This record gives sequence, structure tokens and C-alpha cells, in this order.
Amino acid sequence: MRRYDVIVVGAGPAGLSAAIEAAKRGLKVVVFDENFKPGGQLFKQIHKFFGSKEHRAKIRGFKIGEELLEEANDAGVEVVLNAIVIGLYLDKEVTVKIDDEVIHYKADAVIIATGASENMVTFDGWTLPGVIGAGAAQTMMNLHGVQPGKKILMLGSGNVGVVVGYQLIQAGCEVVAIVDAAPRIGGYGVHAAKVARCGVPFYLSHTIIKAEGEECVTGVTIGEVNSKWQIIPGTEKHFEVDTICLAVGLSPMSQLTKMAGCIMEGNPKKGGYVPVCDEYGETSIKGIFAAGDVSGIEEASSAMIEGRIAGVAASYRLGFIEKEELEEKAEELEKALSSLRQGMFGPENKGKDIEKTDEGFEVSKNLLKKGYLTDEEVTKYPGVKTMKGIHPVIECSQNIPCNPCQDACPKNCIKIGANITSLPVVDEESTCIGCGMCVASCSGQSIFLVNEDYEEGYTSVTLPYEFLPLPEKGAKGIGLDRSGKEACEVEVIEVKSVKAFDNTNLLTIKVPNEMGMKVRFFKQA
Amino acid sequence: MRIEKHPILGKPNKGRLVNFEFDGKTFEGYEGEPIAAALRAAGVLVHRHTKKGSPRGIFCAIGRCTDCVMVVDGKPNVRTCVTPLVEGMKVQTQYGVSAQKEA
Repeated sequence: MRRYDVIVVGAGPAGLSAAIEAAKRGLKVVVFDENFKPGGQLFKQIHKFFGSKEHRAKIRGFKIGEELLEEANDAGVEVVLNAIVIGLYLDKEVTVKIDDEVIHYKADAVIIATGASENMVTFDGWTLPGVIGAGAAQTMMNLHGVQPGKKILMLGSGNVGVVVGYQLIQAGCEVVAIVDAAPRIGGYGVHAAKVARCGVPFYLSHTIIKAEGEECVTGVTIGEVNSKWQIIPGTEKHFEVDTICLAVGLSPMSQLTKMAGCIMEGNPKKGGYVPVCDEYGETSIKGIFAAGDVSGIEEASSAMIEGRIAGVAASYRLGFIEKEELEEKAEELEKALSSLRQGMFGPENKGKDIEKTDEGFEVSKNLLKKGYLTDEEVTKYPGVKTMKGIHPVIECSQNIPCNPCQDACPKNCIKIGANITSLPVVDEESTCIGCGMCVASCSGQSIFLVNEDYEEGYTSVTLPYEFLPLPEKGAKGIGLDRSGKEACEVEVIEVKSVKAFDNTNLLTIKVPNEMGMKVRFFKQA
Repeated sequence: MRIEKHPILGKPNKGRLVNFEFDGKTFEGYEGEPIAAALRAAGVLVHRHTKKGSPRGIFCAIGRCTDCVMVVDGKPNVRTCVTPLVEGMKVQTQYGVSAQKEA
């Protein structure tokens, strides 16, 4: 039997963070992970994260993964890969399968950070090759550099569905539709808007009737559902696709905590069956902690903070630190965690139909149904002002925890305030210099620079562009509106790609004046 | 199917291009990538047939669902989505639990 102070199960964002905090306080820590690489799902996350500076907002997930691995390495954390934890027994005895051998370990504290697994839905033909999880799509394209398919239908409009939908387009695939049985888009409006303006239609209150094909998927039929989730006859729609991607939620992988005898609960707000934990992530068994998705489905940003709290708490439990240090550190981390949990997508608001923002602005019904703000709706939000000369237009209409735009502006044109879920306000008094830092810093890609006075009859629009090939200055193309419909011919007048933008290129196009508040995407001619 | 250049990730960081055998034919893939990735890039979708004859392919791609198992170097039930490709590997479609179609 081999002994450690702390055994961490899972080398994802929560597990690594927990291990780092414990190791930094002098504990002998080992992390087991069943995969051949550490980092959990972080290395598949190529989008910029939300939150504020302390949550590493506007940094792409895989870069956060690299930073975390480096920090773990510096702290002296031992990570054992290809190691499946198969048992957690009385007195914190742990059995681990490595190759074809089962090895017996024991620790004084165990931190379970096993994450979550993808949910499935069944329909006719769902076992056909070509029906894959959204996680599989991300793994194939972002980790292995292989397109999961050519023409894809996405089932699920939560953040996973819309984010992976966008990533599929970045990988060169065609997304024919995003479908959800719910009547409203579940993910952030800004994520939905990114795919809508590329021309991807949303079908809400629709579900898959059948995946077609003999040996693999060749098509799919969807239909509209009524309030009892039954298909309404005559509403069937057919798409020719080679891939159907399922993004229908995640469930905590809490088997080990149950096996250990922790008190469990079925909690819909946490996404399923989870161990009951105190504020430090300690389960009903002293010295067994849970952190990350295993204790409630959230984002990687919150998983990392939960992991740190559990790591500090385990250090206290084993007598490596005093109570004051625990309380001080936990208070700081809980504050950061709580700010991520605010807003209309916070755990407390899960499943609620929110009609107004905290500021009293109406939430766009069109955004929730079709994925984009209408021309009329967009002008109502405080980030959208008519001003002389170049200025930012911030089409951010929901209270989500995110504020990098406020810090990005060197001229302080953008105000969010202390509450990071507030809608950004464009200050009419400040003078925008058109640097584009706000455009590149917006993880939701909802900031544009507009200059109605560009030249006689023409407005310039600067938009974020994360696709290949990157058009060159002078290129002609088609301007698409927020719904992805072709609006007018446009000309590229500037392309900016600097390191600080982190691969979000800034494309400035010239459009007729009446299109300045309509065109939001560039399509190659 | 391979992404030659990605707008965020650039060129994929791959190992050496090697040959392997799939159902008796020679295929190419990158050393160290999952067998399933090499097969998907080559357009192979069906990894196995269940005992009742229905086809299965990649589903979770992280070694959890076992839908993508195949016969690899004579060993059945190998999860191809988490097994690295090795030069000269012999990969076969799995029928039930063997590489032979039942008569």
C-alpha cells in the first residue's frame, strides 16, 4: 500500500487546482487521471473565457490549461496518467487500475474531481455511426485536427451546443441547424448570435424524429413539439447531413462519492445526483471533498475556484494550516466564485424565464428564439449609442458574468461597474480612438466599431473575425446581417491581426450608410 | 477531413505519418493519434457491428462509451478513440466480439 497526504481523482481544472493549493502548503499530493493527457476538457476549449481578470477572462481555455499545468509542475504536484480510480473505500483507501494492474493507495484526504459525462437522447437511428456527442466533436477537431463531419446538425442550444456549433464552423464544417426541444435558446445570447450571423438557423421547440441511413448517417428529420413534447404532425423538416451532434447537457460523475458512502442528493439545479457538500466542498465524510462538475455542473472557471477551495480546506483538515489561513483564503475564493454565479444564467436562475435585465431592459424574445437581436431591439441597450465618429457598438443584452471590455478600453469609454454581470454602457462623453481592443477582448464577440462618418454615403464597421482564409484589404464580399441573411456587397478596408488580439482578427468593412447598423458578418465572395 | 490550418490553433501538431492496416488494406495516419482519428480522416465511419448486425462508430471519443471498439493486432474490444496509432498496426472491423462475420 502506498501513502499520500492527499489523493486527487481527476486532472481537469478542478483537480489540478486542488492539487496545486494542497502541494503549495506542503502536502504530499498525487493526482490520478484515466486519460493519457492532463487538463480534462480545457484543451478542447478554444474560445475565450468569460468572467473578469481574476477568473482569467478573455484567455482561451487551452491556454488556461497550459498555465494550470505549469503551475502544477512548479508546485511539485505528481500526476499519474492512464490511471483509473476504480474504488474508494473506508478510511480513504483507494484502488487504482494502471495498465493491467490494480494498485492500492491510502491518503488522509481525498478530493474527487471526476467531472461530468455527456447526456444522451434516444431517437430512431441514434446508434448509427455519425451520431456523436458534442464533446466528441470538440475532441476530434480541436485535439486531433480532424473534422467530425462535413454537414452537421446540432441538437441542443445550451452553451455547449452554440459554442461547439461555432467551433465546427471554425474547423471548416457546415452547421445546417441548431435544434432544441425547449422553447428558448439555453446558452448565452452572445454565443447564439455568433452562429446566427454566420447563417445557422435555430429551430426551437423542435426535436429529432429520426436519423436516417443504413450504415451511417445520411440525413435527419426533425419536427416541432407541442407543450407535452409530442411531435406536431406536418411540421417535419428534413436535412441532408453526415453528422448529428448531441449537446443535451451533462451529468455529474459522482459514482466514487456514492461508493465512499457520502450523503448524496438529486439536485436539478446542480445537474443531477451529487454529494452534499459544505462551503469548502467537504462531503458528509470528513476528509473527502468534491470539486468541479462532480458536485454540480458549471463552467471550468468555477471548477478551478472550487478546486482551490477544496485544496486549501484539505490542508486545514490535515493540520497543515491554521484556521485563519483557511478562512481568509476561502473568503477570497468564494467572493470570486460568487461573482461568476450571478446573472441570469447563474445556478439560482436555472430554468427560469427571465423577462428583464437587472437594469430593467427587456430581454429580446427574438434572441431567445432565433439567436439574434432585431434591428429595433438592438438600439435599446446601453452599449448601443449613436455618436459622431468611430465608436463601439456593444450588442450585449443579457446579464452574464463578464467584464473584459471595461478593462480593455484605454479611453474608459466602456463602463460595467463593480457588478460584473451588469450590461456594458458606452459613455458618450469619452473619445474612442478606434483601437479595437474592446472588439478583440469580448469573449462573446458582441462588440463592433462603427463609424457613420467614414466617407460620403459610407459607414465603416469593424468586426471580430476568427475564420480562415483571412480576407485581405481590398477584398470584396457579402455583408451578412445579424440573422445571417445577405444584406449588401461590402469591401474590406482594413485587416488588423496583432498578438494582443489573440487570433481574433479585426476586419473593417465599408458598407452603405443604411447598412451600418445591420451588417455584422463578412462572407467571402 | 483533416484540418490543415485552424484559425485559432494553427497547424495541428502531429507525429510521423505512418502506414497501418485496416481490414487488409493499407491506410495512412499519424503516429500517436487515436486510431479512430486516423480512420475518421480516411473516411471510415463504421468501426464494428453488434451481434445483431447493427453498425457502430465513434460516439464519445474519450474512451467512455465503448461504441468504437475494434479488433487491434488480434485483440478485440480495443477502444480506438483512446488507443494511439502505431506503425504497422493491424486494425479490423469487429463483428460481435471477433473479426469474423458470423455465418
